[in-house]
Amino acid sequence: MKPASWFDRRGWSDLIIGLPYAWAIVFIFLPICIVSALSFAVPILNSPPYEFLKTWPYLSFDNFQRLFSDSIYIRAFAVSLFNASIATVLCLLIGYPMALGLTRVPKAVNRVLLMMIVLPFWTSFLLRVYAWIGLMGNNSWFNHLLTGLYNVVVPQAWHIANIQIMYTNFAVIFVVVYSYLPFMILPLYANLEKLDRTLDEAAMDLGSRPVQVFLDVTLPLSMPGIIAGGLLVFIPAAGELVIPSLVGNQSDPMVGAIISQEFGLNHDWPMASAISVALLVILVMPLMAYTRFQSRAEAGGTR
Amino acid sequence: MDRDPLSATPSDRFISVRTVTKQFGQFTAVDRVSLDIGKGELFALLGSSGCGKTTLLRMLAGFEEPTSGQIFIDGEDMAGIAPYHRPVNMMFQSYALFPHMTVEKNIGYGLKHERMTKSERDDRVAAMLDLVQLKAFARRHPHQLSGGQRQRVALARALAKQPKLLLLDEPLGALDKKLREQTQFEIANIQYETGITFVVVTHDQEEAMTLASRIAIMDSGSIRQLDTPKNVYEFPSSRFVASFIGSVNLFDAELVRQDDQFAHIAVPEIGVTLQALRRGQLHGKTRLTCAFRPEKVHMSRQPPASAVNTMQGVVQDFGYFGKDSLYRVKMPAGSLIRVNATNDLRAGDDDIVATWEDEVYLAIDPAAIMLFEDEA
Ligand SMILES: Nc1ncnc2c1ncn2[C@@H]1O[C@H](COP(=O)(O)OP(=O)(O)OP(=O)(O)O)[C@@H](O)[C@H]1O
Ligand SMILES: [Mg+2]
Repeated sequence: MKPASWFDRRGWSDLIIGLPYAWAIVFIFLPICIVSALSFAVPILNSPPYEFLKTWPYLSFDNFQRLFSDSIYIRAFAVSLFNASIATVLCLLIGYPMALGLTRVPKAVNRVLLMMIVLPFWTSFLLRVYAWIGLMGNNSWFNHLLTGLYNVVVPQAWHIANIQIMYTNFAVIFVVVYSYLPFMILPLYANLEKLDRTLDEAAMDLGSRPVQVFLDVTLPLSMPGIIAGGLLVFIPAAGELVIPSLVGNQSDPMVGAIISQEFGLNHDWPMASAISVALLVILVMPLMAYTRFQSRAEAGGTR
Repeated sequence: MDRDPLSATPSDRFISVRTVTKQFGQFTAVDRVSLDIGKGELFALLGSSGCGKTTLLRMLAGFEEPTSGQIFIDGEDMAGIAPYHRPVNMMFQSYALFPHMTVEKNIGYGLKHERMTKSERDDRVAAMLDLVQLKAFARRHPHQLSGGQRQRVALARALAKQPKLLLLDEPLGALDKKLREQTQFEIANIQYETGITFVVVTHDQEEAMTLASRIAIMDSGSIRQLDTPKNVYEFPSSRFVASFIGSVNLFDAELVRQDDQFAHIAVPEIGVTLQALRRGQLHGKTRLTCAFRPEKVHMSRQPPASAVNTMQGVVQDFGYFGKDSLYRVKMPAGSLIRVNATNDLRAGDDDIVATWEDEVYLAIDPAAIMLFEDEA
């Protein structure tokens, strides 16, 4: 073998194919391994603040036992999944008509609207959450407005001075929906825009009214977009830390806050890792279901 | 079918399009089109790209509203009637099969709005699958089919509801020549068996000639001629139609005189005076267009018996197509006449009528010469 030939065109293509794998290994797979390993350690008062058992089986299952027995953790998971589910459904209900609308407006309008959907990303996320804190507070004009509207519709006896929005789960869901809506709209729009409009006409030609056309043609064909958008909202929403810690109910924390607390305040790295691993497993399951769905759909013909 | 397939007008007005115009902004896509189509007819809309065929079809299906004019289907005014309420089904140019449904689901889709029991529905789907010979493919998805099979699914889906009117937008556009010819006969057969009225859009004149009982030739939004395939070919009403359908020799001519039977015309480009059988009165215009089809010119190396409409020229070149050859014969005046000669001999050297540089005689029957009063 000539010395120059060890790195030929084949080598380049291997390198290029290898890069994403290398990335995934170094930044995704290895950290997951480390965190998984840590979740089987025990905390100590030292640096680093953990160690593995000195005797067989070397791994401790205490963290997972605590996870499944302590109601704090279970409740945190329940609250997280509840909030994320509601937020995802709301994002879908709000985002789907918007994405569909985007495909039906003239091109010039479409571009402006798309711009407006992406525009909030230009400003800091924290700033936008703080803006909502200002709006939701008990003495804000927004709160007064909502309270006023509420008082108009309910009988005198039920009148209130203001609505407690801040520091509730409602506030968390509300701000999560606001923050993550673009992540629902954009994949949905990309999917809906690709759909062949003559399919709608064909369905209509065969006797379906517009609503039926939507249910029979548009909705099933947009399933990949719904799932992609749903995952993009659900996964980060379930692990959300900033929004619940700023606007949420501190006595009823979500998983993100618990992890942060264990890791920072309690210096219990193994417990934090165990919670992370559990969250990962819970979140990976829908992802795997999605991949299954997609490969089945590909075999079945849904584009 | 209770009407003579060769007559030029339908006995009934099953579909009636009355001075329909469609404008997109300033642009007129369909311009005052009027036509009547009889029940059970296979009607073809023929025209070059962008002449408004699809637009006219979409107005029949209800996807576009006419800017002005009316459309009647089976005596009913279609104005304001939505596509899903019309007794019309369409086979789309792109087939528009539902990718997430199997072949049988596709075919049965329109039936779920009909009042039928499930078993009736299944029977109809099975009958349709039989008709288009796709029984074995019932459970497949469209992307698992060949182009020709998809086209047949689209046809079956459009037929399943047994509409009063079936619209086919370039149904065979995506098929290769062989499959195309085969499918043309299939479509004609299905039309005959079902008795459904078909309107077929095409820009392939052979397809239109093969399929249709009548053809409407469209040009920039309006109908230039509406007649049987034979009449459109043999008796085109204008220079445009003559040159659009088939190939033709076209020359400017001047009317010299008319007698009872013949019009005598001078054709300076050929350098002769021809006599043409008169059909109707020429309205005193002296500048005419004279046209004759290449296969109507008789070519020989010996002088023909009759001297009527005889010319002499030199074979400039020719193309051999197997069953016939196309010659281009140069006239003394400089112009070229295209002549089609059947290769009906199979022998040694004498198996073709003429070859390069041969002196040949051309003769045209006076009945074969078409005269148009519109100029180029
Ligand atoms: N929605 C529309 N808006 C503006 N112009 C249109 C619209 N639909 C069609 N046209 C124009 O109307 C004319 C006729 O279009 P149409 O689709 O009927 O042509 P066609 O005869 O079917 O052509 P082809 O053989 O290429 O399919 C074209 O010039 C087209 O650009
Ligand atoms: Mg068209």
